[in-house]
Amino acid sequence: MEVKGTAPICIPTRDLSQEYVETPGVVGFAPVQDLLDLARVNALWPLTFGIACCAIEMMAAGVARFDWDRFGIIPRGTPRQSDVMVVAGTIPHKLVSTIKTLYDQMPAPRYVIAMGNCAISGGPFSYDGQYAIVNGADKIIPVDVYIPGCPPRPEALLQGFLKIQTKITKGLIDANRRAEKAARKHKK
Amino acid sequence: MLNPKTIDDASIEQRVYQLNLGPQHPSTHGVMHLLVTLDGEVVIKLEPVIGYSHRGHEKMAENRTYEQFLPNPPRMDYLSGMIFNHGYCMAVEKLCGIEVPRRAEYIRVITAELNRIASHFIGAMDYAMGLGAITPFLWGWDDREHILDLLEGIAGSRLTYSYSRFGGVRNDITKDFYDGTRRFIDRLRGRFWDYENLINQNIIFIKRSQDVGVITKEAALAYGVTGPTLRGSGVAYDVRKQEPYSVYPEFTFEIPTREAGDCLARYQVRMAEMEQSLNIIEQALDRLPPGPIRSKVPRFVTPPPGDCYCTFESARGEAGFYIVSDGSRIPYRIKVRAPSFSNLFVLTEICPGHFLADVIAIFGSIDVTVPEIDR
Repeated sequence: MEVKGTAPICIPTRDLSQEYVETPGVVGFAPVQDLLDLARVNALWPLTFGIACCAIEMMAAGVARFDWDRFGIIPRGTPRQSDVMVVAGTIPHKLVSTIKTLYDQMPAPRYVIAMGNCAISGGPFSYDGQYAIVNGADKIIPVDVYIPGCPPRPEALLQGFLKIQTKITKGLIDANRRAEKAARKHKK
Repeated sequence: MLNPKTIDDASIEQRVYQLNLGPQHPSTHGVMHLLVTLDGEVVIKLEPVIGYSHRGHEKMAENRTYEQFLPNPPRMDYLSGMIFNHGYCMAVEKLCGIEVPRRAEYIRVITAELNRIASHFIGAMDYAMGLGAITPFLWGWDDREHILDLLEGIAGSRLTYSYSRFGGVRNDITKDFYDGTRRFIDRLRGRFWDYENLINQNIIFIKRSQDVGVITKEAALAYGVTGPTLRGSGVAYDVRKQEPYSVYPEFTFEIPTREAGDCLARYQVRMAEMEQSLNIIEQALDRLPPGPIRSKVPRFVTPPPGDCYCTFESARGEAGFYIVSDGSRIPYRIKVRAPSFSNLFVLTEICPGHFLADVIAIFGSIDVTVPEIDR
């Protein structure tokens, strides 16, 4: 089965030739999941949700020079239409419930990028006696990709999106399982 | 402006309800929460709810040395980080009595004015974006990228600079920066004509901003509004002129004002200020003195006991640092006067009576940064 050339150049896919041994006379189909993944990675829609300084770099990644539209990344104003949440900034305690709600409102499969040091670990605002912030987005929601920097450059954010694409096509994120887990938790 | 009573119709059942605009809303410039009470589509009452970006900057200052607090001011107002960085250094220098070489002052003014242009681009073009015009947004951010390239070349960072240090600046400017700034001035002077054609004569833009959100002179002064928002209401108050600091008295520049006080006036003031900033940069480059860029300052400054207030003009208005020292290496207290905080609360005065869609326009025209309000 010829698989080379079916995927867009920038997206590394699973090497199918090693998984499915070619048998003469038998037609092989790529799993439906792979096709779905390909569709997903080329239309990762982030939520327009900026918290602090990193949000400006996120906007810079979206406009003229860096232009994330060319990767199929189109920002959406509502969580109901979004696939990716970019946590761009420090998370004060007052915002925790908002972020949780927004994450819950996003339809599965959903992915999270922690952009900047604040969203990774509290960054420069983390010190003994800090009363205001949560030390990292992964304390409240599952994070797929971390982008360090204070703030990271727009190229770094684009790299983060490419990383998510890689993780999805390589099957490293089991989004369905995560969604089921969340649903079970919700039922309880 | 529309009086709620004029659309009072007996056949329509009046229903007063509350709407949460934010914290997640595409046009609230960050995590701003506006609690709006509506009658139909007309705003009766508007109440900003702040604190969604509170990071405890001022408490942090009490736990760090003066040098360790240096990265914080640019992260309060990240759009004009260079100006806040400059202001904090001025405050500490005033407290310790540190002399700054003239060349360093000139470089600080050049970088601060470049940053002011970058900030006004976001302020003005995000406002146009709030009204539904996407092209100016893309153009403005493209021009802004040129400034960020210049500043990155000398400061090493795109957004949050720690370029000013106590007693001077970190690096001398390079030839690339000097030539690039000259080229940028020429380029931007040509671009103003484009913006004039694209935005200022656009009928939709005019209709949506003229006579919308009028801040009277009295209201502006009563609420402590400063910056382009105040100058849009006809008060020629600018800290660079009224209480000159650094080397600003050596430059000739005007304070653009508009009498109308509406959203259009505030937008026009921002665009006019960008031209004035270009004039300042050009004069500073012409007269850039030679010499050292940093005076001899101990590794850790220990100011004498006492306090000082240092005020400066940020891109949003009058900002200030009030520092109380107890004679140790750690500040006893740092209080920040943030212009966005005062500018924001004038919304409660001007928004009632407008349509909900105009709230987005008014909020955009005031141009606040949320972490500066909450600190």
